[in-house]
Amino acid sequence: MPGADADDGGGLAGGVAGAVEGSEGGAEALRIEGLRKAFGANQVLRGIDLSVAAHEVVCLIGASGSGKSTLLRCVNLLERVDAGTIWLDGQVISGPGVNQNLVRRHIGIVFQAFNLFPHMTVERNVTLAPMKVLGLSRAEAAEQARLLLDRFGLAEKRADYPDRLSGGQQQRVAIVRALAMRPRLMLLDEVTSALDPELVAEVLDVIRELASGGMTMLIATHEMGFARDIASRVCFLEDGQIVEQAPPARLFSEPSDERTRRFLRRIVDAGRL
Amino acid sequence: MEVSGLPDLSARRSRMLGAGGRRGLALSSASTVIVLAGLVALFLVAPGSAAVRHTFFNPTDMWRAFVGNPREGYYSVGAALWLNIRMFLAAEVLILILALVVAVIRQSTGPVMLPLRIVSTVYVDVCRGVPLILLIFAIGFGAPALQLRVISYQSAAVYGVAALVISYSAYVSEVYRAGLNSVHRSQVAAARSLGLSEWTSLRHVILPQAIRNIIPPLLNDFISLQKDTALVGVLGSIEANKAAELFSDTTFNYSSYVVAAILFLLLTIPLARFTDHLIARDRARRLAGADR
Repeated sequence: MPGADADDGGGLAGGVAGAVEGSEGGAEALRIEGLRKAFGANQVLRGIDLSVAAHEVVCLIGASGSGKSTLLRCVNLLERVDAGTIWLDGQVISGPGVNQNLVRRHIGIVFQAFNLFPHMTVERNVTLAPMKVLGLSRAEAAEQARLLLDRFGLAEKRADYPDRLSGGQQQRVAIVRALAMRPRLMLLDEVTSALDPELVAEVLDVIRELASGGMTMLIATHEMGFARDIASRVCFLEDGQIVEQAPPARLFSEPSDERTRRFLRRIVDAGRL
Repeated sequence: MEVSGLPDLSARRSRMLGAGGRRGLALSSASTVIVLAGLVALFLVAPGSAAVRHTFFNPTDMWRAFVGNPREGYYSVGAALWLNIRMFLAAEVLILILALVVAVIRQSTGPVMLPLRIVSTVYVDVCRGVPLILLIFAIGFGAPALQLRVISYQSAAVYGVAALVISYSAYVSEVYRAGLNSVHRSQVAAARSLGLSEWTSLRHVILPQAIRNIIPPLLNDFISLQKDTALVGVLGSIEANKAAELFSDTTFNYSSYVVAAILFLLLTIPLARFTDHLIARDRARRLAGADR
């Protein structure tokens, strides 16, 4: 999405002027250090260190409960972090004194359960935030929505309500809704886990297209084949820690950590890889 | 079954009448007639029947009460109903606003809002607990006694509306709160993740869904509110119930109360049917959604 990228640069510079000057030139889109998060006594993230370069696609794999979703929600500031720091384009976005709304407009997130607004048409789902947050006029927002929906084969669904759509279509709309904010970073939280198997491919195709367009993405997924295809790097999480991270070819064929091997063996046994 | 091929309306009607098609229709008609005839017969054979009919159901007196005659000291119950309607409409609008404010305050989480949260909680507890008639007395007689500028020099109807608003907003705020809670938290997350502010999320994402969920219970409270406007008569406002009272005071005939009752029914029954209609439509929509 080169056009949107250009727009974004202006938006961020305008919104957080000054803070970007200390960064190392924008090669690093996202940086996480020592991130910890607990829900009550339950330590979900125990010190996560992760860096995502611009245009990189990083996949998070691991069993349910390993902390993948919580990590993504922390990056989007939907959860308050207990300790650690998160940088977006060199600027700290975690902790107090941060304008959450300003940060979130640069980070798109897509959820497992779509979370479309059921009382709005597809088009209104896509145009709401650009109009209310970016200040686009109705016509501009509608035109942008039309282009995006068209690009992902949803043009004729524009006037429909979400409950008239299949799961795959709903999830594609949710992706379009996030893209309409022209994010610098997309977080995908097991976006195919709630879909019937025959609908998974259409959503993965959309993500592939985003990746080939240079979108920076952090993807939590159970689709190992997809992760192997699309990721420039795969991180294996267990018990709230990144146990191992490597390019997919290495991580899937010669994992160095015993825990990664054990996890992958279970996946292979289940016929998922 | 004979009706099975017909569209939804007759299906619904047959469900209301009881299953069984044409034979069921005949049976339900017959049983309805028998029950009604029984009740009427019971009324007619009661020892005091003639006296009650004369005192409560006298067509001449009912008509006199309906049209009124100020020179004889009583007012038209029909015209007085207009005051009930105006009080109802004014109170309804104010309740919808005040209750929403109270509900949103009670749902807020910020530490800055704590004092307001406490005030709202106390308000809801107290005003739901105090009988409406006491609240009407307290405001209707208390506010004038304070001798404040403007506040103490309003008509009884204004004090009545104020009491209705204060009492009902406490109830309705709880209805709103239930509605806000009925919207799944993931909708909040989706809205906020797009960069929408808390207020924009509330206004465009949460409230529209919440209000759709609470329209039936809300209308239920408003049916109740329509009737309770009659209580304002204790302050001396000539609303329908007070007009009926004046008529009976003057003529020693209670037919005026029956007129008032009938007029209130004419107001509340359409709203009740409308509420039922909305509930049925909502259920149908939910079932349709669940199929997918």
